Amino acid sequence: MDNVLAFGAASSQAGRVDTVFLVILVIGVFFFFLTQGILIYFAVKYRRRLPDRDNETPAITGNPLLEFLWILIPSLVVVAIFYYGWRVYNDQRISAAGATEVYVNARQWLYEVKYPDGRTAINEIRVPAGNPVKFILSASDVIHGFYLPDFRVKMDMVPGRVTTLLVQPDRPGSYQIYCTVYCGTGHSNMLARLIVMPPLEYTEWVEHGGREAGEASEHEPLAVRGERVAKNAGCLNCHAVGEAVKVGPGWKGLFGSNVLLEGGKTVTADEEYLRESIVDPGAKVVKGFPNVMPTYKTTLSKEDIDAVVAYLKTLK
Amino acid sequence: MERVAGESGNGRGYLEERGWRSWAYTLDHKRIGVMYLYTTIVFFFIGGIFALLLRLELLSPQAKYFSDHTYNVFFTLHGAMMIFLFIIPAIPSGLGNFFIPMHIGARDVAFPRINLASYWVFAAGFLVVIASLVSPMDTGWTFYTPYSAKTGAAVATLSLGIFLIGMSSILTGLNFIVTIHKLRAPGMTWHRLPLFIWGMYATSIIQVVATPVVGVTFLLLAMERLLGVAFFDPAKGGDPVLFQHFFWFYSHPVVYVMILPAMGIISEVIPVFSRKPIFGYKAIAYSSLAIAFLGFLVWGHHMFTSGMSPLANEIFSFLTFFVAVPTAVKVFNWIATLYKGSITFESPMLYALTFIFLFAVGGLTGPFLGALATDVQLHDTYFVVAHFHYTMMGGTVMGFFAGLHYWFPKMTGKMLNERIARIAWALVFIGFNVTFFTMFITGVKGMPRRYAEYLPRFQVENVISTVGSAILAVGIAVMFWNFLQGLRKGPAAPGNPWRALSLEWQTPSPPITENFPEIPVVTDWPYAYGKPEGPAT
Repeated sequence: MDNVLAFGAASSQAGRVDTVFLVILVIGVFFFFLTQGILIYFAVKYRRRLPDRDNETPAITGNPLLEFLWILIPSLVVVAIFYYGWRVYNDQRISAAGATEVYVNARQWLYEVKYPDGRTAINEIRVPAGNPVKFILSASDVIHGFYLPDFRVKMDMVPGRVTTLLVQPDRPGSYQIYCTVYCGTGHSNMLARLIVMPPLEYTEWVEHGGREAGEASEHEPLAVRGERVAKNAGCLNCHAVGEAVKVGPGWKGLFGSNVLLEGGKTVTADEEYLRESIVDPGAKVVKGFPNVMPTYKTTLSKEDIDAVVAYLKTLK
Repeated sequence: MERVAGESGNGRGYLEERGWRSWAYTLDHKRIGVMYLYTTIVFFFIGGIFALLLRLELLSPQAKYFSDHTYNVFFTLHGAMMIFLFIIPAIPSGLGNFFIPMHIGARDVAFPRINLASYWVFAAGFLVVIASLVSPMDTGWTFYTPYSAKTGAAVATLSLGIFLIGMSSILTGLNFIVTIHKLRAPGMTWHRLPLFIWGMYATSIIQVVATPVVGVTFLLLAMERLLGVAFFDPAKGGDPVLFQHFFWFYSHPVVYVMILPAMGIISEVIPVFSRKPIFGYKAIAYSSLAIAFLGFLVWGHHMFTSGMSPLANEIFSFLTFFVAVPTAVKVFNWIATLYKGSITFESPMLYALTFIFLFAVGGLTGPFLGALATDVQLHDTYFVVAHFHYTMMGGTVMGFFAGLHYWFPKMTGKMLNERIARIAWALVFIGFNVTFFTMFITGVKGMPRRYAEYLPRFQVENVISTVGSAILAVGIAVMFWNFLQGLRKGPAAPGNPWRALSLEWQTPSPPITENFPEIPVVTDWPYAYGKPEGPAT
């Protein structure tokens, strides 16, 4: 549900955060117009009209009562704002009992998703609506972020630590996930989606082995499967299929071309080179590109890799 | 304080001596201040050009003019240069060096040689920073580990550069503290000090206490990169979040190093152009110290989503809100100073009032980020970018501009073209708000910061911000063109064009080498405007 308003909230928690936001906004706007209104009023009213004569202004140097009041009132206001923000934050840590658990591991520049039943995915998380979800977050290389703006929450994903995030997805829809901790060249392409499904649809989807009906029929052409795998595995976050240059080498016209490597050698982009570059990306690094791609040895099956290579052949 | 400017000036103007040696070896605090000003302004321009390039790239959601990596390098350099080479040193080391001794009635700072050394250590620092450009940094100015420990960029070199700049800033801070304690003119009691001095005093304390922490942190980072000692690498038992604690333990207090001197300038300019005593002198003076103190207790609010314990988050959030109180007190007192004044709107006053206006926006958007529930949403989005540009650029830089316009006649002996200064001010005011107010909306819509590419849904806001940045750039260009014109052919400035009462105006413009023919005896505070029955001290 990408087209929700900026304030469109995907959960009741998000609605409560929005209320905190609006309360602070009202207080802020009030004090802004109060202070700046007085400032502008004074500036206009007391502007110099006549050529200045010394000693025409009163020598007012202060007022203890005013000082006391404008220490006291802001103190009370900020304590109230703190208290409200803290309460809503506290209530966000809802009971994890019965929550759907999803493990998400971040690496440069994708999210690896694992469900307790062994299903895996990349950059796409599916959960049933109506049940709390507990994200169990980790990272392999550097710190990443896990930001769900529609739920008004985020949590850092820190190597060597596990952090958790609880949300209550009330409304089915497709929600954007962003990496919010700067993590290197591909940071701004490190995107994922949280797909909240109606409970029945979700059960059906799980029973189909985690595939949507018709998504992967027996007779799916290899190149079509390859395109699907490339999208789901996050390849296209770093490799462009058009003219653009992203973090990694573009794929257009790659198959069969001569590739200049770091160190000056050249290699023909055949099936074996492409396979090797997927399972062992550091073996042959293309000149002018950073050696940053993770291996997909365990992430993609042999069939998936063949399919991706078949898809690459179609990109002339 | 009955001296008439120029009459007793029997010394030579501080600018009269010529030749590069007269600058490179100078022990005159004014010349050292001028060298700092020129240097920091050059880096302000370089950092600004990086900012304009970032805005240019953000016109389109996809990478267009340069690659994502280049974008990342540019935002790192924009942040690092603006913070370490411009905003931290510009007011304290530039205007502070020039005006602290003059404000307190001294001939120089307490340790003129250390003062010169601090400039050259600073110069060594920025040369090392420039040397790091052979493999430019792409970590963001925050250097977060483990990324900064792994990236191929010259992190250790840049760390060394910033280490040197930090040393220079410690030396300057120490020098100022001793100067303010020991070299005040006879009769210059603590409660007769100009409020700029109070701001600089609080600033210097922060610099001396906090800067060593960032120095050590960068040494640890360099050791991790060069020697493989794992302080922050989790694979070897280190903790990446520890780096964030160290970094923010310095870098939060240092935002008050950036803002307190600017607040000091505002406290000087407003009474002069209102012809009124400053309202609530002691409240403004002590609130500077309160801000400096509280600033040390709130660093954790940069880390609410880092996985820190909820209890720590709650404590840091609670403490954070109390920084708002002394800040608000200052704003209220400045506004109250205007009451029943006889106000004129020359360019220093325009920038001072702009400071209050923009800083109010920056200040009042702080509670969104201090409150836990909303910070968890807004952290690391453009909302934060907008917030700190309103405080740092709308605040500190506007204060710096106010100071430059206010003290230009004193420093150069020339007057500025007031009409062009006002045109520049209008462009800066409009451009700034178009650029940065829009970013609040971009942030609330969820756009994360440090994104080279972004989803098309954010394009309208980004285009507006880029248009604003162009207006802002034109305004700043006009302002500095006006400075250059003023320097070249501005009419000669009288000793005290603004009829101000603080000591620096009781000398000729430009001042003589040791500031005062004889050390003045102070009999009143510097805000004795208005009817004479006003209480002194």
